[in-house]
Amino acid sequence: MQTALVVVVKVFHFNNYRKKAMSKYTEDDLKKELETKEYEYGFYTDIESETFPIGLNEDVVRAISMKKEEPQWMTDWRLEAFRHWQSMEEPDWANVHYEKPDFQSIAYYSAPKKVDPNKTLDDVDPELLAMYKKLGISVDEQKKMNNIAMDIVVDSVSVATTFKKTLGEKGIIFMSISEAIKEHPELVRKYLGSVVPQRDNFYAALNSAVFSDGSFCYIPKGVRCPMELSTYFRINQAGTGQFERTLVIADKGSYVSYLEGCTAPSRDENQLHAAVVELIALDDAEIKYSTVQNWFPGNKEGKGGVFNFVTKRGICEKNAKISWTQVETGSAVTWKYPSCILKGDNSVGEFYSIAVTNNFQQADTGTKMVHIGKNTKSTIISKGISAGKSQNSYRGLVKINANADNARNFSQCDSLLMGNACGAHTFPYIEAKNKSAQIEHEATTSKIGEDQIFYCNQRGIDTEKAIALIVNGFSKEVLNKLPMEFAVEAQKLLEISLEGSVG
Amino acid sequence: MLHIKDVHARVEEKDILKGISLNVNAGEVHAIMGPNGSGKSTLASVISGKEEFELTQGEITLNSEDITELDPEERAHKGIFLSFQYPIEIPGVSVTNFIKTAINENRKAKGLEDMPASDMLKMIREKADLLEIDRKFLSRSLNEGFSGGEKKRNEIFQMAMLEPKLAILDETDSGLDIDALKVVANGVNKLKAKDNAVIVITHYQRLLDYIVPDFVHVLMDGKIVKSGTKELAYELEEKGYDWIKEELVK
Repeated sequence: MQTALVVVVKVFHFNNYRKKAMSKYTEDDLKKELETKEYEYGFYTDIESETFPIGLNEDVVRAISMKKEEPQWMTDWRLEAFRHWQSMEEPDWANVHYEKPDFQSIAYYSAPKKVDPNKTLDDVDPELLAMYKKLGISVDEQKKMNNIAMDIVVDSVSVATTFKKTLGEKGIIFMSISEAIKEHPELVRKYLGSVVPQRDNFYAALNSAVFSDGSFCYIPKGVRCPMELSTYFRINQAGTGQFERTLVIADKGSYVSYLEGCTAPSRDENQLHAAVVELIALDDAEIKYSTVQNWFPGNKEGKGGVFNFVTKRGICEKNAKISWTQVETGSAVTWKYPSCILKGDNSVGEFYSIAVTNNFQQADTGTKMVHIGKNTKSTIISKGISAGKSQNSYRGLVKINANADNARNFSQCDSLLMGNACGAHTFPYIEAKNKSAQIEHEATTSKIGEDQIFYCNQRGIDTEKAIALIVNGFSKEVLNKLPMEFAVEAQKLLEISLEGSVG
Repeated sequence: MLHIKDVHARVEEKDILKGISLNVNAGEVHAIMGPNGSGKSTLASVISGKEEFELTQGEITLNSEDITELDPEERAHKGIFLSFQYPIEIPGVSVTNFIKTAINENRKAKGLEDMPASDMLKMIREKADLLEIDRKFLSRSLNEGFSGGEKKRNEIFQMAMLEPKLAILDETDSGLDIDALKVVANGVNKLKAKDNAVIVITHYQRLLDYIVPDFVHVLMDGKIVKSGTKELAYELEEKGYDWIKEELVK
């Protein structure tokens, strides 16, 4: 096993975008940004790292826990998950086809050696900081220029959490989950697994057993988090899996907007990513969770790429609101259903999604809205864009429980096809056990037409730009839900992802 | 400005244009009339470079430059504008965003920087007023749910914004009521200048009351069979096309 670990942190070149966002970012700026068309985050850097041997058994689970100096309750919790996992089977109901990973040939822990997660930003390996700079995202600069606090997860360990002090003054806790286990065990113990139990599903159980790091966030009662909190995940080490765990707790009457970005270097073999995200919105709280997922999708022949098997779920107490927004352009295989349990009366769940598949990518993604409380409301807007030989499926469940009087749901699933070799599929499930429920579902399928392209061409807009324009128009309702700099990044990703897919 | 010489063109193996020659000079307005299926729209597509139309013979030059090998967007950059008979919908893209993109792409092709937002806004207001276009209209998705009249007005608005050298209006009068027709024609007339030219494709003489042509050409079965001044249009209106056919047989 090689010991080189890559660090990387792509991080959306936030500074540049923010500046532009302020001086009215136009689509031409976007164009200029687009000089590199290939997946541009596929590089790696040698940084000394420590990687466990491949394979998984109880000893490995114990070793991970020990490595992270976890308390006994955490070790036990992991072992319990591991035991469940052993008795579970990999789900195969999704509309995706791939060679199942050999879970015994994956290394379950990999960390940059020189980094001590307990240290502050000032103590971070200068090599890492140099790397951030090379990428145009000096953490220091981030601190000053951006109103964004970031937790950066490289392979498995959270490298630096900025802004901790500023947030601390408001009582906001934002740190790696490893730190939180040590520093705030009462919160972690209470909420970890409360929305996604250990045995929820195969990948969630695996994650519960071996998760190596992730982010933790707590917003105290009545506090409105003054900045966007942000985490970046990157898989670097060959042959490793990444299993990060995110736990966001918004206490009563609080608000937080959370951003998540992902990249991975291009590799020939498939890389496994199985994350769990749990959101807890207590009474009157609101959580906005945005993701731009850009894992390596595999090359044009369909080789390599990330298997992205993610469980994301949030629970809403009384009058609470959770809003998921995702732009999925990467991964060879995506299996992901950010969901809302609308437990409290008057709670609101939202899901806005753009999923792009090109070449041989496969995505099976959607949401579950479970209405338990009275007067609960959910909205689902899903935009699927398929090109190349890809398969893009929307799978969604709207479930209205017997006591959920006056529950309402609106779902809209639009598919855009490019070319003749791709597929778009919609699997909407509705279970309504209460007669007062109102459920609406709309779906459309369209194709980018040569006439549309010619119309743009005739106005002086070349084909590539025309496609970007049409796709952005199609995705507008969802793009509008993203914070500004994420929206710009997302538009750029859409363009890159669909490059060369027509004509 | 535009020289078309002995142009033959086909689409899907079918010959449509069978030897067309036409000279359009700066400052002129040419009307092309003819029955359905005579090749009027094909001529517009061939000039603007639509891919499915294969030029099998002949020359097309714009300001002495051969444009037959150019992509449609390159022809647009050189100042060719086509007002579509059936404008295309692009959902989610506002009229403003579309025209802004088009203008800046054209500027980029000329090596110019993007038009400053304030200039763009001013120009949009000016041209919208010229065509009596409501501001709210500009934020709507391009052509989506537009009435026939709105679509055509939007085409002329884009023409006004792009200030082409050669504008081809393909059946711009169809779907317009008389008031809208006057507004559109008025807009076209205001945009007319010494250094640009207009080709008006139409079935009916009606539009030519408002956009007065210098020359009228009759297209039949892929050929220009008769050319004349605006009086020819009146004659066609009165007698139809059959008399020309008969004349040809003689």
